[in-house]
Amino acid sequence: MFNYLLRRIVSGIIVLGIVSAIVFGIFFILPADPARLSCGKTCSEEQIVKIRHALELDQTLPIQYGRYLKGIFVGRTYLKGTTAELHCSAPCLGYSFQTDQPVTQLLKDRLPATASIAFGASILWLLLGLSSGIISALRRGTWVDKFSQGVALGAASLQIYFVGLVLQFIFVNKLAWLPAPGYSSPLHYPVDWAKQMALPWITLAFLLSAIYSRLTRAGMIEIMGEDYVRTARAKGLNNRTINLKHVLRGAITPIVTVFGLDLGGLLGGAVITEYVFNIPGLGKLSTDAVANLDLPVITGTVIFSAFFIIVANVLVDLLYAALDPKVRIQ
Amino acid sequence: MSNFLEVKNLSVSFPTEDGVVRAVDNLSFTLEKGKTLGIVGESGSGKSVTSLAILGLHKGSSAEVSGQILIDGQDINAKPETDVRLLRGKLMSMIFQDALAALHPYYTVGNQIAEAYLVHNKVSKSVAKKRAIEMLDRVGIPNPQKRINDFPHQFSGGMRQRAMIAMALSCNPSLLIADEPTTALDVTVQAQIIDLLRDLQKEFNTAIILITHDLGVVAETADDILLMYAGKEIEYGTVRDVLQKPQHPYGWGLLTSIPRLTGDPNKSLAAIPGTPPSLISVPSGCAFHPRCSYVSRVGTACSATIPELLPVTSGAHHLVRCHLDATAREEIFKNQVGPNL
Amino acid sequence: MSKILKVEGLTKHFPGRKHSLFGKRDIVQAVDGLNFEVETGEAIGLVGESGCGKSTTGRLITRLLEPTSGSIEFNGKDITHLSNAQMRPIRADLQIIFQDPYASLNPRHTVGTIVASPFRIGGIEPEGGTKKRVQELLEIVGLNPEHYNRYPHEFSGGQRQRIGIARALALRPKLIVADEPVSALDVSIQAQVINLLKDLQKQFDIAFIFIAHDLAVVRHFAQRVAVMYLGNIVEIADRDTLYSNPKHPYTKALLSAVPEVDPDAIGSRERIRLTGDVPNPINPPSGCRFRTRCWKAQEICASNPPELIQIGMSQVACHFPE
Repeated sequence: MFNYLLRRIVSGIIVLGIVSAIVFGIFFILPADPARLSCGKTCSEEQIVKIRHALELDQTLPIQYGRYLKGIFVGRTYLKGTTAELHCSAPCLGYSFQTDQPVTQLLKDRLPATASIAFGASILWLLLGLSSGIISALRRGTWVDKFSQGVALGAASLQIYFVGLVLQFIFVNKLAWLPAPGYSSPLHYPVDWAKQMALPWITLAFLLSAIYSRLTRAGMIEIMGEDYVRTARAKGLNNRTINLKHVLRGAITPIVTVFGLDLGGLLGGAVITEYVFNIPGLGKLSTDAVANLDLPVITGTVIFSAFFIIVANVLVDLLYAALDPKVRIQ
Repeated sequence: MSNFLEVKNLSVSFPTEDGVVRAVDNLSFTLEKGKTLGIVGESGSGKSVTSLAILGLHKGSSAEVSGQILIDGQDINAKPETDVRLLRGKLMSMIFQDALAALHPYYTVGNQIAEAYLVHNKVSKSVAKKRAIEMLDRVGIPNPQKRINDFPHQFSGGMRQRAMIAMALSCNPSLLIADEPTTALDVTVQAQIIDLLRDLQKEFNTAIILITHDLGVVAETADDILLMYAGKEIEYGTVRDVLQKPQHPYGWGLLTSIPRLTGDPNKSLAAIPGTPPSLISVPSGCAFHPRCSYVSRVGTACSATIPELLPVTSGAHHLVRCHLDATAREEIFKNQVGPNL
Repeated sequence: MSKILKVEGLTKHFPGRKHSLFGKRDIVQAVDGLNFEVETGEAIGLVGESGCGKSTTGRLITRLLEPTSGSIEFNGKDITHLSNAQMRPIRADLQIIFQDPYASLNPRHTVGTIVASPFRIGGIEPEGGTKKRVQELLEIVGLNPEHYNRYPHEFSGGQRQRIGIARALALRPKLIVADEPVSALDVSIQAQVINLLKDLQKQFDIAFIFIAHDLAVVRHFAQRVAVMYLGNIVEIADRDTLYSNPKHPYTKALLSAVPEVDPDAIGSRERIRLTGDVPNPINPPSGCRFRTRCWKAQEICASNPPELIQIGMSQVACHFPE
């Protein structure tokens, strides 16, 4: 078990290294010139060369990447020896000269909003998806099943920006039940936080729970045909125990897997949701960075979200082992 | 002695898109406590469907079950599911062919046995756990205190089947249905499991229904044999009657076609031609007639009317469903079947 | 008589799992040092319980698996380490039939295509054309030649096994390895297939290696029988000797475990009940691998693995043969 854990973590780190190298390489060969962009429109060639040197952009790719990696672990200092010396402490993911902030600081500032969306929505969609999936599976073929699966199909085929804008129009603009979505610190203004997050949560949960509902239903129905469920009935167990202890337990593993990956992906930035509701999270940060061609921020957000996805993958593997004794005891 | 189990005119049919499948058709048999009935047939003969009906496991499905299933005087078929559930595992229980599939992969063996005990006994979890250890020990699993914490995949095939038996017997049921309990096992392990079932039966005076396709396994364990073909019983009697004086051409075919450890191995096996029928389109008349070598002796009756299940000789307990008359059967058995046995 | 197959020291070790990141990998000793020969046109049975290595042996001989060590000589030629391309011309003479008649037939191909596949792969144009030959083959195995254009799912289990047999027969092989060819079939169908294989063996003088767990089935097919236990051959003898006078305790136990159909004969037979299960092939017992379940085991059984030696009419690997 310990070996398994260790292997998963080591392979996760390796993957992260490869991903970061690729991302770094891609932005290196991009035609955009960070030196020119951070210098502004009225900029002489001389100045650009200076900046390029200051930002160490005149080095070869491996050296740049090496310094970048080193910055993550020990931090780095830009414009060394000049009056404008900038220190970027570890973990340093680069420095955004457009916003004049270290990328790490930007990410730190934006993470709480994204995490608020991700955790709130995920709890909601799990509850909604699992319960409607279970009910559908147990009432297979009845109108309850048909209705909930119809809704699920409809929801799965909708887009966040459509549902999001419609809900916003109804609840914020027309009925005025909710304030405009945004982000306040849950530590200081928990009520405002919840009210502002309500629409993003509902929108995301509505769309994603559709997938979970179908997944749960299909899994439950498949497991209901297993021999061990027949055994459970033959023991004289009541339906509740059969369905929750035996059937759901058998069907939950793939759902947990998908859930982990979805959550991990979302933590890296709920791009469309944040954009639609104008929430200052990681997704908004990356779309803004793309719009401004702020390369250090783009690189930082991509690597950061890759980090979440890889961590989620490792956690899912561990969870898998916890859920399936065949994986655990091998 | 009174019959502990009495099945009367049991029919089970399943509506499907291709038509109604009559999986079991008008089946009747009885079983005393402490005795074993072997239900023998090939795939699609209806033997497993019968066993599920006795446990009332068709309730809540699309299957239509008619007839009576009296266990200790209680009609399982007439009772609602909520009542039958309380009898399952306590009055009658079941073990299955593929123990690996029949045990939940995510719960320990001990948990699953204790669960079976807890359903019907108001005891604490630790008492149920003790019971699980006791049962595993009884079915011959070494070191049961430790092994209750194992998952099914950590057991060998034979041990899994032992654990299934431990689970099925944890509440001392009076009737045990064993559906092909040894088919998936190796011969030496099969022999161990057969011995175990026999010992447990003696100890607890359990009535056992043994569902199998293996005539050797029935011969070693059963008192009576019920031979099924295409959902109908075609021969019913004591093991000696059915295996030594078989009356139905299908029984003859089975006995002469199985390879044995005795007799001339150079002689071709007298195989039954053709294949078992599909239950969606059962042949008219006697369902076995397209594969029967003796149709010419009877004529059109074989394909026109379903023969009745009648005593071989008047008053006998040995029943057969065949249009051949007693003298013809005797003559065929003596001249054509006997020499091949 | 000439030998069609000669196997010496045949061994297959599968890599198992690793216990730690840098630790040693487990080795599953599936087949360990087999020696046997098959004469031209001879039917030999390979029996044993699950995990004894009989199926692995069949796959090694047909070179579907790469042997770890030892040698396989087929028809006078060493085929132990031939590549797939080098094996191609030899496959015409060396065929295999599998247990599961459904899984071994491509569901999207017609029966005609399936049976003709050996011609296609070998680039051979049979006399009178492929179709004619395939229809002949279907007829030989008792199928309707007009069903040439049907798909496997339209056939019953027994008929599917016949399709597999027809395919194996297509190139008139000299040796067929039949891996549990009847164990997935209903009792009444088993006999049909056994009879068919027996007829074909005689008619075309094909050597057979018949792999099965069922001793009674093997008795009706094979002229000589080898009994395997945990990757070793423990006894080889001609059929009548083996069944009437088993020398190895395991053979004896195996025979005594077969259920008897005749109720009168049940009481009269000697009953030997082995206890426990077959040990794990990752860590087989030292010396004689059967010793942990053997009622005759002594100290020597744990220290020295017994050699397969001639005792009377049988070859037996046991320190204390019957």
